[in-house]
Amino acid sequence: MTELWERTAADLASLVASKQVSAAEVAESCIARTNEVEGDVLSYLTLTPEAARAKAAGVDAAVAAGEPLGPLAGVPMALKDIICTEGIRSTAASKILDTYIPPYSATVAQRLYDAGGVLLGKTNLDEFAMGSSTENSAYQVTRNPWDLSKVPGGSSGGSAAAVAAGQAPFSIGTDTGGSIRQPAALCGVVGLKPTYGLVPRYGLIAFASSLDQAGPITRDVRDAALVLGAIAGLDPKDSTSLPGPVPDYMGALDKGVEGLKIGVVKEISGEGVNPAVQTRFREAVQILEKLGAQVGEVSLPTFGYGIDIYYLIAPAEASSNLARFDGVRYGLRIDGADVENMNRNSRAAGFGPEVKRRIMLGTYSLSSGYYDAYYLKAQKARTLIARDFARAYEQFDLLVSPSAPTTAFGIGEITDPLTMYLSDICTVPSSLAGAAAISVPAGLSADDGLPVGIQFMAKPLDETTMLSAAYAFEQELGLLPKPPLWSPS
Amino acid sequence: MNPTEAPDLVTTIGLEVHVELKTNTKMFCGCPVGFGGEPNSRVCPVCLGHPGTLPTMNEKAVEYTTKIAMALGCDIAPRSVFHRKNYFYPDMPKNYQISQYDLPVGERGSLEVEVDGEFYTVGITRAHLEEDTGKSLHIGGGGRIHDADYSLEDFNRAGTPLVEIVSEPDITSPAVARAYATELRSILEYLGVSDVRMEEGSMRVDANISVAPPGERGKKVEVKNMNSLRSVFRALEYEEKRQREVLRSGGSVTQSTRHWDEKAGRTQELRTKEEAFDYRYFPEPDLVPLEPAVEWLRQLREEQPELPIERAKRYQRDLGLSSYDAGVLRSTKALGDLFEQALAAAKKADAKQVSNWVTNDLMSLLAAVPEGTKNPPLTGSNLAELVDMVAGGDLSKSQAQQVLQKTLETGRRPREIADESGIKQVSDEGALEAAIDAVLAANPDVAERLRSGDNKPFGFLMGEVMKATKGQGNPKVVSGLIRKKIS
Ligand SMILES: [Zn+2]
Repeated sequence: MTELWERTAADLASLVASKQVSAAEVAESCIARTNEVEGDVLSYLTLTPEAARAKAAGVDAAVAAGEPLGPLAGVPMALKDIICTEGIRSTAASKILDTYIPPYSATVAQRLYDAGGVLLGKTNLDEFAMGSSTENSAYQVTRNPWDLSKVPGGSSGGSAAAVAAGQAPFSIGTDTGGSIRQPAALCGVVGLKPTYGLVPRYGLIAFASSLDQAGPITRDVRDAALVLGAIAGLDPKDSTSLPGPVPDYMGALDKGVEGLKIGVVKEISGEGVNPAVQTRFREAVQILEKLGAQVGEVSLPTFGYGIDIYYLIAPAEASSNLARFDGVRYGLRIDGADVENMNRNSRAAGFGPEVKRRIMLGTYSLSSGYYDAYYLKAQKARTLIARDFARAYEQFDLLVSPSAPTTAFGIGEITDPLTMYLSDICTVPSSLAGAAAISVPAGLSADDGLPVGIQFMAKPLDETTMLSAAYAFEQELGLLPKPPLWSPS
Repeated sequence: MNPTEAPDLVTTIGLEVHVELKTNTKMFCGCPVGFGGEPNSRVCPVCLGHPGTLPTMNEKAVEYTTKIAMALGCDIAPRSVFHRKNYFYPDMPKNYQISQYDLPVGERGSLEVEVDGEFYTVGITRAHLEEDTGKSLHIGGGGRIHDADYSLEDFNRAGTPLVEIVSEPDITSPAVARAYATELRSILEYLGVSDVRMEEGSMRVDANISVAPPGERGKKVEVKNMNSLRSVFRALEYEEKRQREVLRSGGSVTQSTRHWDEKAGRTQELRTKEEAFDYRYFPEPDLVPLEPAVEWLRQLREEQPELPIERAKRYQRDLGLSSYDAGVLRSTKALGDLFEQALAAAKKADAKQVSNWVTNDLMSLLAAVPEGTKNPPLTGSNLAELVDMVAGGDLSKSQAQQVLQKTLETGRRPREIADESGIKQVSDEGALEAAIDAVLAANPDVAERLRSGDNKPFGFLMGEVMKATKGQGNPKVVSGLIRKKIS
């Protein structure tokens, strides 16, 4: 018998709406499942079972009263702990926010609450989303449900692991250079990074403002469409959020890939990508061809500069965004002889080494005398990448590549930050271009049996085409087998 | 010439003026803008810089800044950009200030000022929009940020829209600097965009002043903490003199920031500028650039009020008023508007008469009313009625003064007040003749002295007649009648 915690968000929503199960039963199932595996996976930083029960009861009352229900009514969810939730501790996995309880909720969180979502807890991440393995969390290292000795990827590692481990049917991650897609790929789940501006940033603790986007991590593409529909759309509190109606993502799923022109990005499909990953990726491309897509190779000459550009722009913005953590108004305060020393002591104690590294990198690239050579030049190069993408989209409807150069690597295996940065080589360029992208499971590596992901990249705001292709692919390939952790030992 | 004596020295001054805009809400959040109040009572997650919050632009602030830039003759940028100015200070919630850098709202303007009948044009480098900081209170110890026992922060002011107006270093004397600040304040008041209260900090003036031989560049000294127009003048006069003395005695001026001590009447060195602070400006990624629509700009231009200096020129040119009177009438927009409304409504009085009532009697009465000249409690039609009553002989000047006072207090119409309290002037000769005859009859000796050519008791007779008419006799008519009767 299928347990409730195993069901998708879409299934649960319809089960609850049709009174086949109660939201309370669904919540209890997920709470129990969470407790069962949390000791192994360590996905969560904060669990909110009481709030979940209260919310579920509210949904059940609404169902009983015949009130109109949101599209996610009674569906449990997990939010990355970089998303502010009113009254619930939100740490960004940093000691500097250890005690921080936001006085407001992020727009994304609020929209999910309004849609009837039931919050189970806040998930682990690399501190301030800076990392690709979740090892940079100040609290714990989340483990990959496929192999507990491996990382889940990052920075949304807790969100991806929670979904992969059956703790929550869906979660929300944030993606700055691949932080949704790479962990989704490594954990064998679906991860969608929306077009920059589609999902409001209000309430996401900022890492790199010009790149940050929140998006769904789900077990299948249909759920990604469902959740995206609930969180997308203009927010007057975010000046960079985009106007225009939110398309019917669910309705567009069945359009298929037939006749779509799909470009395989030459620059990240061969060298630098693990051969076993390449194999699965090539097979995935063949499936797309078989489904009627017109596949060709496309070259984006600037693609290879992505990581360099990213590590000039993102830390620069981060160095400024993280300046507010000074011990004055909230968060950790370590006293000092004067205000300046209090600031210094608080930041020294509150930030981890990777965060400090990036603050220094960013401070340097913004410094007078270096600004033109680094930050400004990187911004110009960024426009070249966007131009490369635009040119590719003149010929192709979608671009595809592996989602990550490797499968999940061992905890503690990568110690050199620069090597770690290369984990995002496949995902960073589309982030810089502001385009939409999704990672979908493409099978297991023949080497280690760990999941491999294929990334579909779409034109800005063309999530519908991207989702329909991803859905067709997923239908053809079939869902991955469940990770070993799935069935109780 | 004494070799140690420097040749003629030239003073160069540039002013940087910060103006808080009187928008209803702060620049990037919905908190109300205000002065004072319970500390941290006008704050929200956005203006406290909570994690995850984002700024949203106050369109009124953009409109006001654009109006200011237009009034200063600036080029309005078709695309202007906000930058982050990064530095740590406890009263700045995000530890960066959202400001403007290389693409401000307005650039390349100018301002004409008048000093003793001479006109000077001061270039405006730029006018840009930024957010204000909170306020720190350093308690105990030395009372400054580095030596206090502790500091308290009030973020009520944090996020108030602030316009920075930077002049070119075109100002050649403290008097011109004061005139510039005065004129600027007047323009801002005319535009209705700020309270421009220097004592409350809604207008803050900083100056750069240097003194050097002609053609040479002096060391720039920044002067801060000038909290009134008077202190702008005093501080710069002091600083000009100080630098001249340093140079004349063969010394050199240190590039520095100095603090004006109003009580001591001198400037004190705060810090020397060894190196420029690196603010690591970069474009604010949370905001989109401003790209004002041409139609909107055209509309703003149409709505621009006449500038005070233009108004003063018009009063002299078209109405024949003196430079002094025109200067008083233009000193606030409300006063000039009142004058014009009264003039338009007046049926008997002319511009000179209306102007005299405003610049003399009304001004002295308004001195007792807080913000009186900015917000005179009097309508143009009431003023016109009063001045017409004087011009028509219905009220004497002193009666009119009484009535004006009552009108200011009650807001009621002057004629009503005069009628009710029986204040009127009697000019009817028949009515006055009886009173004069009675006075002359009662004082035959005095009448005799007058007839014999001794003019001294004339005043006494006038007084008696006025007493007999309860002060209502028109003095001109009364004196004419007395003279007629004794001749
Ligand atoms: Zn506020």
